[in-house]
Amino acid sequence: MAEIKLMKTPAETGLAQAYETVKTTLPGDAQSRAQAFELFTKNGLPHRRVEEFKYTDLRALMREAAPFAGTPSADEAKAALQDTKALSGVKAIQVPFVNGHFVRDAVDLGGLPEGVEIVPLAEALASGHEWLAKLSPVSWANQNPVYQLNTTFMADGVMLRISGEVDTLIHLRFVTASASAVATATRVLVLVEDGASVTLLESHESTDGANHQPNDVVEMIAGDRTNVRHVRLNAEGDKALALSTLALKVGAEAEFFSLNVVAGAATSRHQVFGVLNGENTKVRINGTTMLKGGQHADSTLVVEHAAPHCESRELFKTVIDGEATGVFQGKIIVPHHAQKTDGRMMSAALLLSDGGTMNNKPELEIFADDVQCAHGATCGQLDEDLMFYLMARGLPKKEAESLMVQAFLGEAIEFVDNQDVHDALVNVLEGWLRARA
Amino acid sequence: MLEIKNLVVQIEDKRILNGLNLTVNNGEVAAIMGPNGSGKSTLSYVIAGKEDYEVLDGEILLDGENVLEMGPDERAVAGVFLAFQYPLEIPGVASMTFLKAALNAHRRARGEGELTTPDFIKRVNATATQLEIPKDMLKRALNVGFSGGEKKRMEILQMALLEPSFCILDETDSGLDIDALRIVSEGVNALRSPDRSFLVITHYQRLLNYIVPDSVHVMSAGRIVKSGGKELAIELEANGYADYRESEAA
Repeated sequence: MAEIKLMKTPAETGLAQAYETVKTTLPGDAQSRAQAFELFTKNGLPHRRVEEFKYTDLRALMREAAPFAGTPSADEAKAALQDTKALSGVKAIQVPFVNGHFVRDAVDLGGLPEGVEIVPLAEALASGHEWLAKLSPVSWANQNPVYQLNTTFMADGVMLRISGEVDTLIHLRFVTASASAVATATRVLVLVEDGASVTLLESHESTDGANHQPNDVVEMIAGDRTNVRHVRLNAEGDKALALSTLALKVGAEAEFFSLNVVAGAATSRHQVFGVLNGENTKVRINGTTMLKGGQHADSTLVVEHAAPHCESRELFKTVIDGEATGVFQGKIIVPHHAQKTDGRMMSAALLLSDGGTMNNKPELEIFADDVQCAHGATCGQLDEDLMFYLMARGLPKKEAESLMVQAFLGEAIEFVDNQDVHDALVNVLEGWLRARA
Repeated sequence: MLEIKNLVVQIEDKRILNGLNLTVNNGEVAAIMGPNGSGKSTLSYVIAGKEDYEVLDGEILLDGENVLEMGPDERAVAGVFLAFQYPLEIPGVASMTFLKAALNAHRRARGEGELTTPDFIKRVNATATQLEIPKDMLKRALNVGFSGGEKKRMEILQMALLEPSFCILDETDSGLDIDALRIVSEGVNALRSPDRSFLVITHYQRLLNYIVPDSVHVMSAGRIVKSGGKELAIELEANGYADYRESEAA
């Protein structure tokens, strides 16, 4: 009988080779990496016949696996950080990563504000730090191939513990600086103790012109009565294939807000896997995506209301110009016991050109019988009557369009309560609009 | 001066304007009255440059220049202003942001620099006070949640700021109570000047008690069928449009 042999794509073969090369040098427990890679290898890169990747066919989009980046020298890291611009006007503690490696020299680990502790991940993995037990807080994320690849290859990152009210903003700055394409796998674990509050920023930048493949995972365990605000900016280079995951577990009576702003990368997929794990918690997850040319951006969201009496709001706004493609997949899961759940999810897309595509897939999976859940998805063009009204007041077409686009996207950004961060994001938006004018 | 010559306009194969002729001189306030469906609003949209209408024949000259070749934004900066019958609500766009963008577009077209924010706010506030527009209204999104009267006052505020040479008031009196009508009319009257002309479109003579026209034109079936002085409006109020509807059938 003929042997059935699975065909591997060049990228899958490249990943297998990369794993063989790095598995002995990566820090920490080799077994969990081996398990993750085994799970990944079973199905390989997800493709369009895999429901969760129907609109983002990674097997087709990732032609080759870029080599994993090595640790940059102190000078290289310094040079890379000098060129960074993302959210630069915002005052915050900088926690930089260059080519997937934490830049230790850039942070005074001993002199952090009260309530902030940072542990470099590579060292923690090597020494078996006790916080490592908290990694992977969302168990079902382990089934996700993008997450599996990060678990397999994660080389560095940080673990962050927040206690009390932390007023200083913390900025996780991810920079990929290399003329040739490199891959990175960074993992950040954020532990927010009961009653603590913090604002976390994330920015992601990479050099233009190279097919970089960053794969970042931020995991957050926010305790009871916590208040966490999280703003993430994708300002990746124009050829990057950027994969990212936010895995989130929130306790009771907490408030959590996360906004992902997509302004870069050729292809990106941001996954949010959230579990509302205690009663009376409010979570808001927003997205603002600006696409042009041949860009492709996927926002995938799974929110599990694992406790009753919780509220979640999801608002995703996508503007599409040129031949770009937007994807929104959102799912709210309400198990039997999560009564009095209040969940509302909305994805709205604005198509500025004839060649753009938007794929909206909102889903509700409800097993409880006393809940309020709603979802909506819209796809539209700029309202011609509104455009006429603005132009009849003297605004040239492009300016009128810009005003309308700003108003459209602004709805998702206005929840950012820190004025500096808000202004920095409006700058990103205005920059994008200027570039298309 | 605005001259409309033999204007023929259709929308989706339906003829709305049928060889309309009208001249409004500098400083003149011309009123257009007519029954529903006679093409009054179409005329205002066509002058302002709305895209949905197909101009088959004729021309519209503003100070000798054919505005039909211009986009709506170019007409606006050339001096055309349309006060909408139903001003649109624009969620997410703050009234002040919009006013500033509009004013600066006009200043750029005139080769002037953009206004500084304090100068801009001073100008808006002065005009807003005159029109009894509360300041918190200006902080809200444009026209969102405004009453009918507030929306119309906002239109007149824009008119005052942009200083157009040719203003069209498209049924500005609709949806206004007596007080709002007075405020809006006073706002318009304050803007009357020898180098600014107005086209006031209305169903009722009432508005013309407040904004007294120099000329009155009756429109029916897409044409001006009778012109006269302000007494024509009073005559229409008494007799209705019955005499003019016949020409519609013709």
